[in-house]
Amino acid sequence: MKVSMFITCISDAVYPRIGEAMARLLAKYGVALHFPTIQTCCGQPAFNSGYWGEARASAKTILEAFEDSDFVIAPSGSCIGMIHHYPKLFEDDPILVATAERLQKKSYEFTQFLVQVLGVNDVGATFPHKVAYHPSCHGSRILGIKEEPMTLMRNVKGMELLPLPFAEDCCGFGGTFAVKMSDISGAMVNEKADHVLESEAEVLVGLDMACLMNIAGNLRYRNKPIRVMHLAELLYEGVEHA
Amino acid sequence: MSKTDIKGTTVKGRAELALNDDFLRKAVKFTTERLRDGKRKASDDLGNWEEWRERGRQIRLHTIAHLDYYLNQFANQARLNGVHVHFADTAEDAVKITLAIAERKQSLSVVKSKSMVTEELHLNQALESIGVDVVESDLGEYIIQLAGETPSHIIIPAIHKNRYQIADLLSNEAGETLPPDTAILAGFVRKKLREKFLEADIGMTGCNFAIAETGSMVLFENEGNARMVSTVPSTQITLMGMERIIPSWSDLEVMATLLPRSATGQKLTVYMSGITGPRRQEDGDGPDEMHIIIIDNGRSLQLGDPEFQELLNCIRCGACLNACPVYRHIGGHAYGGTYSGPIGAVLTPALNKNIDQWDDIASASTLCGACYEACPVKIPLHDMLIYLRRRKVERGLGDKMESIGMRGFAAIMSNSKRYENALKVGKLAQRLVVKDGEITSKLGPLKGWNNYRVAPSLAKQSFRDQWGTMEEEIRHGIQEIDPLVSNRMEEIVRNREAGGKGHD
Repeated sequence: MKVSMFITCISDAVYPRIGEAMARLLAKYGVALHFPTIQTCCGQPAFNSGYWGEARASAKTILEAFEDSDFVIAPSGSCIGMIHHYPKLFEDDPILVATAERLQKKSYEFTQFLVQVLGVNDVGATFPHKVAYHPSCHGSRILGIKEEPMTLMRNVKGMELLPLPFAEDCCGFGGTFAVKMSDISGAMVNEKADHVLESEAEVLVGLDMACLMNIAGNLRYRNKPIRVMHLAELLYEGVEHA
Repeated sequence: MSKTDIKGTTVKGRAELALNDDFLRKAVKFTTERLRDGKRKASDDLGNWEEWRERGRQIRLHTIAHLDYYLNQFANQARLNGVHVHFADTAEDAVKITLAIAERKQSLSVVKSKSMVTEELHLNQALESIGVDVVESDLGEYIIQLAGETPSHIIIPAIHKNRYQIADLLSNEAGETLPPDTAILAGFVRKKLREKFLEADIGMTGCNFAIAETGSMVLFENEGNARMVSTVPSTQITLMGMERIIPSWSDLEVMATLLPRSATGQKLTVYMSGITGPRRQEDGDGPDEMHIIIIDNGRSLQLGDPEFQELLNCIRCGACLNACPVYRHIGGHAYGGTYSGPIGAVLTPALNKNIDQWDDIASASTLCGACYEACPVKIPLHDMLIYLRRRKVERGLGDKMESIGMRGFAAIMSNSKRYENALKVGKLAQRLVVKDGEITSKLGPLKGWNNYRVAPSLAKQSFRDQWGTMEEEIRHGIQEIDPLVSNRMEEIVRNREAGGKGHD
């Protein structure tokens, strides 16, 4: 059984600690992750901007990297969501479209894999802090990941999960949108961060580093001392300190 | 609509006006929140919302797939009911037909109920140009007409105005100062409009649904004005997009369940009128002459287009606007077209087939999918926005700098060695701007991001740099896998290979 990690380019280059937390946590359940180094980026920045040829060039590394894997796990609903677009992206290529369909079926976002495949609802973590959860759009809407993270979080001992006002509203990242439409994006992230502050949480947690980078960057810009974490990181830290 | 209609402005420029207008942002947030909360409550109360949505989607998919058949049936039935049915290919044709009727009837005064399709046609200006007095009778539309503006929301045209601004507009019309009290303001409009209803020789309506089996048209409204418009004047002209059709009255039940709940959170619209032809001898009221103008104006371009045909499924409820986090901040006028919000961002370029002139509104979305989730007939607007962007790029109309950037992206990301080298170069280059693991510079391309945030730096050691030692360490201390779990994993793989659809 080959279980592979799709690190995603942002976690690889900017937040390697997320991949580490995921790998170390899964090892506790006997899952030895593989990491094919030929993977780069899912291609989403190009795909979403309309440059599908360029997106395919990048996506092919993902198709190739995971061709012989039985399960593919990523710490991102958005990048797994992009894999769900691969059958459309490669629809004119009879060979790659089949590879894309196989990859889609075996790809899991981290909490999906933990709950649906490993059957884990409680990792045995302790995390005595006030926490708010931002459900990222692609994971929750496109992949329908709503219950999995809630189940995992509810079972963390000592953690107070606070309601985040307008939690389901987009943080304003949107990839190139944040640069192209920077003032609209800025208004959106300002409001998202306002809601985080309103929740009175000490920690903001989520499942996608791109969205969290956006919100964390805004909180930091405003000098607000809120810790922003990926759920894999929170769970791993909570297990280690339990 | 062409670029000249929006005076060569860009969505960015128009959005900036909105972002700097605190009244507008407050008013839009207030009302969209109220509407989406109402929708959530109404759909929860109903129960089985997802099944209703799927039913609605299937009805719309079926109707649009057989639109030629149902349009024909509708037109034949309506003619049998004594209605004059006209077909208009373009906005100009529709205007021409309408003006011809107005001229033949020697009309002096028209009252209208709310109709988005007439906004597409700029019909009011056309009627005024031949000396006909036109009055909008929906309260929101009336306010917008007085302000000389266009609707900024599909169902709440004056959503961007607060009651103080509305009191000013109405005071101007009244010739006296009216207090910003909703009941008093509505009372003034009511009195004013009564006179107009009695005076008008033509009543003009839109159409929420046209029932093919009986040739009837159905209007949903909350103020009773559409019922006045369709009963008092001696001539009725109904304008409808060619996709407004549904096959039967039993399909209307599903639409009547979905539309008011999605639009305003109402279980039922206050007035629902079904009109099957002009007044018969035994009827107490109704028009003596009735016309229905069925308008294409770019709609048939979507037929047979696998990526955009579902646009014609739209029932114009406005739920996608209320759910949209971008609309929430910039309101409707920033979209520049007749229709705003996510549906407008797709519909405007699609109907006009001029993606090049509307290239930027498709970019005014984070692709968060809130529109799709809100849509009562499940139109995948978030996917359509990407298709629009792709079509623009395929036609060679992509932004030059962006094209160069994307070519660079592809060159780096198509090969892991080049990607690793790019990370090395990036780590060297960032030394110029990184301080304590952060980048705060607002120079060049960093400006847009760093005006609102700080940017993180690239990690000193990427995950792939660390993996070798990490993997060894992890494998050393790894736990035994639970046989139940490994059995489950093997079963998942077997099911998948047996042609199952995989996981959710």
